[in-house]
Amino acid sequence: MFDTLSERLNTALDGVRGSGTLTEDQVKKVTREIRLALLEADVNYGVVKEFVSNVRERATGAEVSKALSPGQQVVKIVNEELARLMGGSAHKLSFASRPPTVVMLAGLNGHGKTTAAGKLALFVRKLGKQPFMVACDTYRPAAVEQLQQIGREINVPVYAEGVEPAPEEIAERGIRAARDGGYDFVIIDTAGRQVVDLEMMEELKRVRKAARPHSVLLVLDVVTGQNAVEVAQAFQEYADFDGMILTKLDGDARGGAALSVVSVTGRPIKFASEGEKMSEFDYFYPDRMAGRILGMGDVLTLIEKAEQQVDKAEAEKQGKKLMAGKLTFEDFLEQMQMVKRMGPLSGLLGMIPGLNKQLQGVEIDDRVLNRVEAMITSMTPEERRNPKLLQNQSRVRRIARGSGSSPQEVQKLIKQFNQMQKMMRQMGKGRGMPRLPFRTG
Amino acid sequence: MARSWRNFFKWGTEEEERREEGSVSTEEVSGDAGPERVQEEAGWFGRLRRGLHKSRQAFVGQLNAAVSEFRDAEDEEFWERIEEILISSDVGVNTTAKLVAELEQRALERNITSGRELRELMVDITARMLEGDVSLDLSHRPSVILMVGVNGTGKTTTIGKLARYLPGEVMFAAADTFRAAAIEQLQLWGERTGAPVIARERGADAAAVVYDAVDAARREGTDVLIIDTAGRLHTKVNLMAELEKVRRVIERQMPGAPHEVLLTVDATTGQNGLRQARLFKESVGVTGVVLTKLDGTARGGIALAIADEVGVPIKLISVGEKVEDLHPFDARQFAEALFGEL
Repeated sequence: MFDTLSERLNTALDGVRGSGTLTEDQVKKVTREIRLALLEADVNYGVVKEFVSNVRERATGAEVSKALSPGQQVVKIVNEELARLMGGSAHKLSFASRPPTVVMLAGLNGHGKTTAAGKLALFVRKLGKQPFMVACDTYRPAAVEQLQQIGREINVPVYAEGVEPAPEEIAERGIRAARDGGYDFVIIDTAGRQVVDLEMMEELKRVRKAARPHSVLLVLDVVTGQNAVEVAQAFQEYADFDGMILTKLDGDARGGAALSVVSVTGRPIKFASEGEKMSEFDYFYPDRMAGRILGMGDVLTLIEKAEQQVDKAEAEKQGKKLMAGKLTFEDFLEQMQMVKRMGPLSGLLGMIPGLNKQLQGVEIDDRVLNRVEAMITSMTPEERRNPKLLQNQSRVRRIARGSGSSPQEVQKLIKQFNQMQKMMRQMGKGRGMPRLPFRTG
Repeated sequence: MARSWRNFFKWGTEEEERREEGSVSTEEVSGDAGPERVQEEAGWFGRLRRGLHKSRQAFVGQLNAAVSEFRDAEDEEFWERIEEILISSDVGVNTTAKLVAELEQRALERNITSGRELRELMVDITARMLEGDVSLDLSHRPSVILMVGVNGTGKTTTIGKLARYLPGEVMFAAADTFRAAAIEQLQLWGERTGAPVIARERGADAAAVVYDAVDAARREGTDVLIIDTAGRLHTKVNLMAELEKVRRVIERQMPGAPHEVLLTVDATTGQNGLRQARLFKESVGVTGVVLTKLDGTARGGIALAIADEVGVPIKLISVGEKVEDLHPFDARQFAEALFGEL
């Protein structure tokens, strides 16, 4: 089993590194892997078919860029296609010109509507709105109490009439109560329902008609499987939702359902709900979801950053120097600054899939980099180019003073640098990865 | 065919008579007798097979169409079509590959050329994949059932439904002290079923509630104690540790307990269901899965993947919101519902 699509693709493309364009045969191999990865992520079968054919078209004959391996190149195409399908950028909330803005939540049982109602209320209050919630789930035992308890917790009023009246009547009176009370953002919580229960679906239609909401949001659990498409179609027919809230994103589900639903209904995902805390709720960023579906952490962001920062020709020159054991402190400083431009070290490492877990508990301190940088910049240009000069102890003491560190620390850096030089010379004959000459944590 | 509730419960022989005498609920819902069985067929089985929704019909229709075109086992396109259908039912890539490989091999061996025979073979192989110990161990006093699962998969609702079928005195423990109104929800089920509910205030230590409950159940000679726990994502290390603590508290108080650890899995779940089953099994030793919300659109193929890859048997299924919609799992019947003729 391969963990990530990029690994899969690199394996599929093994041996074609460096070739100018992708051949049809290579693309065929690659699309097979993409298809499997998407299916394992629960993207609907029909959606996968269409998607893969789009990618195939784009990838055939695509030029491989300087900074990327052919595998990465394909990943990039896949990612762009995914992000495009899911709507590119985040969808911000819009508010009614004549308040209150009414938002109705709908969805299957257990997908997190009531919790999402509370989270949304808290979210809009941070935007300066006065939220108000209406409890229209008259079916599930204690659902009304649940919304009331959440309301108390976040200090948002809840309109409830128990479980006897029809939900559409509760909705209507609830909105009136909100308007009378001067609240400008009403959230209507409805009962969870199965789409095969036509009576319940008809009821949803009635609630929608009575509430005349400005927005209907489908609440969808990120673990949903292949039937996400039918679910979305049914809710589109009966509730005509205009966006989605994706819930339980703090789990490890890949979330292919999100892609299925957007692809079939054309309705965007507007919010992401993750976590047990009421505050863990935000606008949804489609580009982040693409990486998740592909199971690649944020490796895509990393690829982009590398592309922006690395001049391929320069990198090759450096690599040759490195392998010849001719690396100087000057080169080293340059590389370090490049890494730093890509963002905080802890963030960078966190973007590498699989690595995140191993790093739990290990503290990554960017200050280590800063200290090393300070020491190197305290060297004269001559010293940087010719590290042998640093055998002189008075030079070491001067560098220590200049960088605010101890002579022992400078010695240590020099020693590690020399070790790395040696290692590189050996590796230059074989193959392997360079290692930074210092440890963190 | 339909598994009866009576066969579903496993209890000590010396107690059998006593319990059967006092158990009204098993009599009510026993599926042993002919006419009742037919009724049950018309109930959930019928619902599953006929499908209440056009999409399910479309799905079964796809399968029918594919199978009706089956001529011989060497037709690659045919197997691809079957693969597609299985994956569309959430069976997952791995289990699908395994299933299709076996199907293809056996079809070749037996030289099967008719769609009808092939369908029988499919049901056969699938049913064997799903078979496992599906009885519920009620041979202790109290028999302790721990309900676990991800948020919103139907733990509390399953408890409420299950209590209606359990013989003898049943008690609930409200150990979901986290979610708003979870305690109230269980208390409402307690009122409906007549089961006393042991609870503390919201936010209390779940382990403490469980301690109280085991204590009370033993003192009062309760037959079955069902413990409701807070929904939690299997990825939350702290919350899983809390659940392990709950289990340890039960074990310490009553060696051998909990006698059943039931994991609720939403039938509409995709491949993440595998991760859920794996991690809950590792953490608290799941003895069986309750497949919930198996309505007209959910194909529940994830059950197949879980049985195959994680090795935890499915014990109960729920096909609707009513109490009568909870049923002991039957591997063959489920396989027939998945692939059977309309």
